[in-house]
Amino acid sequence: MNRFALFWLPQLMATALALAAAPLLMGWINQCRAWLQNRSGAGVLRPYRVLRKLLHKDAVIARRASVLFRLAPYVQFGCMVLAVSIVPSIATDVPLSRAADVIALVGLLALARVFMALAAMDVGTAFGSLGARREMLLAALAEPALLMVFFTPALMSGSTALGTIVADIAEAHFSIYPSLAFAAAAFVMVLLAENARIPIDNPATHLELTMIHEAMTLEYSARHLAVIELAHALKLMVYFLIGIALFVPYGIAAAGDWHALPLATLALAVKLIAAGAGLAVLETVSAKVRIFRAPEFLATAFLLAVLGMLIHFHLESALPAPEVRIESAP
Amino acid sequence: MTLTQQLINLFASLMLLIAFAMLSQRRVQSLIYLFAAQGAVLALNTVVVAAHTGQKHLYFSAALTLLMKVILLPWILHRLIRRLAIRWDVETLINIPTTMLVGIVLVVFAFNLTIPIVALAGTITRSTLGIAMGSVLLAFLMLITRRKAVPQVIGFLAMENGLFFAATSATYGMPMVVELGIALDVLVGTLIFGIFFFHIRETFDSLDIHHLERLKER
Repeated sequence: MNRFALFWLPQLMATALALAAAPLLMGWINQCRAWLQNRSGAGVLRPYRVLRKLLHKDAVIARRASVLFRLAPYVQFGCMVLAVSIVPSIATDVPLSRAADVIALVGLLALARVFMALAAMDVGTAFGSLGARREMLLAALAEPALLMVFFTPALMSGSTALGTIVADIAEAHFSIYPSLAFAAAAFVMVLLAENARIPIDNPATHLELTMIHEAMTLEYSARHLAVIELAHALKLMVYFLIGIALFVPYGIAAAGDWHALPLATLALAVKLIAAGAGLAVLETVSAKVRIFRAPEFLATAFLLAVLGMLIHFHLESALPAPEVRIESAP
Repeated sequence: MTLTQQLINLFASLMLLIAFAMLSQRRVQSLIYLFAAQGAVLALNTVVVAAHTGQKHLYFSAALTLLMKVILLPWILHRLIRRLAIRWDVETLINIPTTMLVGIVLVVFAFNLTIPIVALAGTITRSTLGIAMGSVLLAFLMLITRRKAVPQVIGFLAMENGLFFAATSATYGMPMVVELGIALDVLVGTLIFGIFFFHIRETFDSLDIHHLERLKER
């Protein structure tokens, strides 16, 4: 019993923390953006208040809506909870992280996206299918880029399991990896595109002609919308956690070392706060691009990821350092 | 890997990144900034190699690179585009994603091409030779895909950067006389190109070099 509890404790802690903190992260980013734009902002707790408000309302569902429409928010939410459990956030050796490697993780994110797109098309409104199509356009371009981002660290540690990769990177002594820097830049670009952040989509807009993600959720209300909003916040959390796990995992608790959990949690919180502020800065200094420029943006992300991999092959995994042989000066 | 080698790898990756950024950059002014940045990376890389190998002449060539490619040439180009009033010019590029994919293929090709050379070379910088080759090919690609005169000249200068980088990686730089000669050539070349720009614009009212294809003798 005791061993069983110790085995699952980091997992439970990680998942519960991520679930509870996801709206807080969203609120923190919005607050940072407000500060950067000289507004006072609505406070970091606003997403929780929105969720509470939505849960108190009565759901309105279109008459022609099928069961898929009701099911989709919960499927999306379930996918995100599983994803957030798979990514090692406070300990490298969480039980569920063995359930799926990075490729399955990308598949999990795709499953949630497919259900959302289908649900958006289900009711048959123009905006729903418009948003779904745009989302799928972006997804088709973002997914290969995301996979390529994963391949560089996977090649480094020789495994596609996130736990192994993170443990490898966290334990390695510090050295400069240009390939990882490239992969990180590509990952940030994919993160922006996949989470409907500014260069691609404006999370604050309700102008139908420009929105992508919001257009898909227009038909939802009350508890369904609350679940979707929470899933959306969780998705951002998943991406943040992946980014932290792959590129700055320092401070994460090693396998079995559950005394380090409080410190790891603290380190994670600091990293999340910094990353959220960074995202807000990034969003404030950039302008939304036209939707037809988005393929260019994501092609650049793909390019950076591939370059990272090529550089890893060419420079970092190459022959051992040659002994210096100085030729006589010409 | 030693710190020196890590730094050299870092600079090499930056070279490649800047080469790709130039390939996809639309604004003429940003292109010049990128060119200056590439020169700065090149100078830093040369200094690191010089410090590691103790080759004195590399310090001189680093200083020369800094003077020419980070200060003088960008200054001349900035002045040129101001005088030509194309400072905010935005060039329409056809299909950037495709160009970038072609660029990746070129880089893979360059990496493969240099494997036998790398196997023979004994320099600490030998593994960056593939990247130097890639930068040269990417600059070539930029020369092909650009229509306006000024970006083409910047592509030409970027190619020279790549060649210089290749020389540093393969054999710790060229002899001083050759380097000085090339530096002078590049400087004079840019000045002559500057005069050409004005002539091209006077004749065709535009800097689009496709007009040159219709030149005929009467």
